[in-house]
Amino acid sequence: MAEEHKSDDMKVVEDLTNSEYKWGFVTDIEEVKFPKGLNEDIIRKLSEVKKEPEWMTEWRLKAYRHWLTMEEPDWPKVKYDKVDFQDIIYYSAPKKKPQYESLDEVDPQLLETFEKLGIPLEEQKLLAGVAVDAVFDSVSVATTFQETLAEKGIIFCPISEAIQNHPELVKKYLGSVVPYTDNFYAALNSAVFSDGSFVYIPKGVRCPMELSTYFRINAMNTGQFERTLIIADEGSYVSYLEGCTAPMRDENQLHAAVVELIALDNAEIKYSTVQNWYPGDKEGKGGIYNFVTKRGLCKTNAKISWTQVETGSAVTWKYPSCILQGDNSIGEFYSVAVTNNFQQADTGTKMVHIGKNTRSTIVSKGISAGRSDNSYRGLVKIHKNAENARNFSQCDSMLLSDTCGAHTFPYIEVGNKTAVVEHEATTSKVNEEQIFYLNQRGISTEDAVNMIVNGFCKEVFKELPMEFAVEAQKLLAISLEGSVG
Amino acid sequence: MNNPKNIDIKEKFVKDFELFESKLNGESKSYLHSLRKSALEKFKTTEFPTLKDEEWRYTNIKPILETEFIPAVNSAPVKVTTGDVEKHLYGGFDFYKMVFVNGIFNTELSDLSGLPANVTVKNINQFNNEELDKVKEYFAKIEESDNAFNMLNKAFAYDGTVIILPDNTVLEKPVQVLYLTGSDTGQVLSSPRNLILAGKNSQAKIIISYQPLNDSKYFTNAVTDVYADENAIIDFYKIQNESEKAFHIDKIEITQKSKSVVSNFSLSFGGALVRNDINVLLDDEYIENHLYGLYLATDTQHVDNHTFIDHAKPNCESNELYKGILDEKARGIFSGKILVRKDAQKTNAFQSNKSVLLSDTAVVDAKPQLEIYADDVKCSHGATVGQLDMTAYFYILSRGIPSDLAKSMLIRAFANDVIEPIKIKELKEQLNHQILQHLHSKDF
Repeated sequence: MAEEHKSDDMKVVEDLTNSEYKWGFVTDIEEVKFPKGLNEDIIRKLSEVKKEPEWMTEWRLKAYRHWLTMEEPDWPKVKYDKVDFQDIIYYSAPKKKPQYESLDEVDPQLLETFEKLGIPLEEQKLLAGVAVDAVFDSVSVATTFQETLAEKGIIFCPISEAIQNHPELVKKYLGSVVPYTDNFYAALNSAVFSDGSFVYIPKGVRCPMELSTYFRINAMNTGQFERTLIIADEGSYVSYLEGCTAPMRDENQLHAAVVELIALDNAEIKYSTVQNWYPGDKEGKGGIYNFVTKRGLCKTNAKISWTQVETGSAVTWKYPSCILQGDNSIGEFYSVAVTNNFQQADTGTKMVHIGKNTRSTIVSKGISAGRSDNSYRGLVKIHKNAENARNFSQCDSMLLSDTCGAHTFPYIEVGNKTAVVEHEATTSKVNEEQIFYLNQRGISTEDAVNMIVNGFCKEVFKELPMEFAVEAQKLLAISLEGSVG
Repeated sequence: MNNPKNIDIKEKFVKDFELFESKLNGESKSYLHSLRKSALEKFKTTEFPTLKDEEWRYTNIKPILETEFIPAVNSAPVKVTTGDVEKHLYGGFDFYKMVFVNGIFNTELSDLSGLPANVTVKNINQFNNEELDKVKEYFAKIEESDNAFNMLNKAFAYDGTVIILPDNTVLEKPVQVLYLTGSDTGQVLSSPRNLILAGKNSQAKIIISYQPLNDSKYFTNAVTDVYADENAIIDFYKIQNESEKAFHIDKIEITQKSKSVVSNFSLSFGGALVRNDINVLLDDEYIENHLYGLYLATDTQHVDNHTFIDHAKPNCESNELYKGILDEKARGIFSGKILVRKDAQKTNAFQSNKSVLLSDTAVVDAKPQLEIYADDVKCSHGATVGQLDMTAYFYILSRGIPSDLAKSMLIRAFANDVIEPIKIKELKEQLNHQILQHLHSKDF
């Protein structure tokens, strides 16, 4: 490419990489705050505020006691200032605890916030057919479409409500896939989780709409500890969307969520995420720490499909996994992870094949730009008795600058001879010839790169539900667009 | 990590070292011994790796730590006949012969006649002061990646192969180094320390094979350093065919300079617990590196292969192909890492690992890793695990070939990609034969 061409391209790059995080703003709402720090009293108080039954408080305390014996993991390929767990406020909620029937009763300022975020609740109600259970900080403020769902026997509510109204389900399944002993952050989450979503789809019911929740961190210094529990009973189907944006902050904020999926015989769960927490500024200052444990359990003939688009967070540490326990069960993982500036992502999946004829597919696309580090870390484990297990993994990385890093750390453990496991990974940069070709067709470098990257990620985007696919492409454009010349 | 057993064995080795030292007489003031002493000091403060170490997560070394080995230098000498040597040599072609028994050089059994005058092929102990100066610069230079085993090797390194090729020297005949290990009187620890220095524009083929004297339990703990200067072309064949009860831990460090080509073959047949570490540093531009690996394991054999390729400079190419065939309760591990540093633009790095499982109880673990910090690169890795192609198997059977031979043929064909690039024709044939025999002797 000619020199002057390059400098043009460079300008495009600069313009675009200079673009600021669009969703950064702070809402002023009165909040109930706990003092900073964590001890058994805080947990008891938290449990009390949430009017939790005795067994829940005990479970939290057990988790806390176990957490005290654990050490923060240091194996992910990320560097960050260690979190001071005594410097976090473990509970904050809007003071006027909302118990609304309709949107009119909701604090108008809150509604405005959602509008800024592009989540017009009312419009969604009418047009998109999506029931939104929006979590504003830690307490759910609005739940829609409850009635339609209730007709089918579907339970979709904040987990705090589920603890009170459906204790038998929560008791049976909470911690059954991710026990509190699982890892450091899962233990912490189990002890202090504030709220989250609970979904139960009864036997043979196909959930008529996409269920979605938008998370949002507000309130300075408040770590968010979401807990999501989705149970798909025999022969049911549900598609769940999760997406998030967070306001601009200078201090690192911790986000340690736990998501548990249970797909009973013949059930199917599709879980899609668009993650766009604040990634920190161009100097790598601030940004969210995203340490998430996501895991699903598949019984006979069940299927769990994870799709994620990760564009945000300063540090991401996330491995949505499938335990393929039942025969003929299927696990899927589709991921696009984009890192720019000083972002660090260590993400991937675990596919544990236990049942016979289990199948799994992994497609991971990593895109690194700026001075970021992007790692794929995954495990495919075929147990001794998993006859005819099949796995296909593909992990591709694209590098958009000479200062970023792209890494692949797959683990393959096979204990059955009938298993067929394939893993493939490639790393390369954006093809200059392709950019040149598009340039000469009158397409600007910015659009060309966007097109190429979108093409690179197509395999994953096509797995996303429609409305998410659109959002994902927009996000990709904002995060990256033209980061190369 | 501080289990009492672990401490015991360390103390034991420290005592062994004192005994070793007392036998050395005048040599205890030599350069080599100063190296040994510093290695022992480091060994004292270093723990043996455990399953918690990421690089050792699939290999439990407990069986090694629980066995009392006697360093070869302290153990009773073993009688070896020419017959023992002939049995284990790869023949049919001319070569320079070096024979070590329990890691100690045996002059009578070796034959270095006809070696060009400027080429040095010796064992460490034979060096005069002048030659030592040359060796000092390189010998045991790489220490960063040393673990407790490598330090132990250095502490007890008494003998080993040193090959120095001056600039512009082409060694027509290959050097075949035979390490015969085993003892009737005790469980012996052999600690060979090899050094290969290839000067500018030099060429050589080197075969190092580890073979058993008998079926006793012993421990080979080897380290080999290879330096290939500009334009050097080195073929390095490492054949590991230890006894069924033997432990084998080996580290090969390869450092390459501009435009050099190193092909390393690591072929693993024997051993109860085997760990092969290969670290390659591509320290200049336009270097080519090939790593080939084949591991055949059966019964309860455990073979752990680790490779690390460090692309430190631009315009280099590395190619890696590892294949494993696992039967019975064997466990095969491949962990390969490719690091492409920030400066190493225009790097081509390819890695492939394929394994075949022949039994319901065999286990494969693969960990291919890419760590890339440069953008203008082409890197890929692939890993597959599967069983023999039943359609092909059926086809061969339908041509009237018996079942076990059909399977052997398929396995031989599977291994062919690794064996085919071997440049010594006779060696290739014998290895092919060895693979077939190895498979044939077991019941599928």
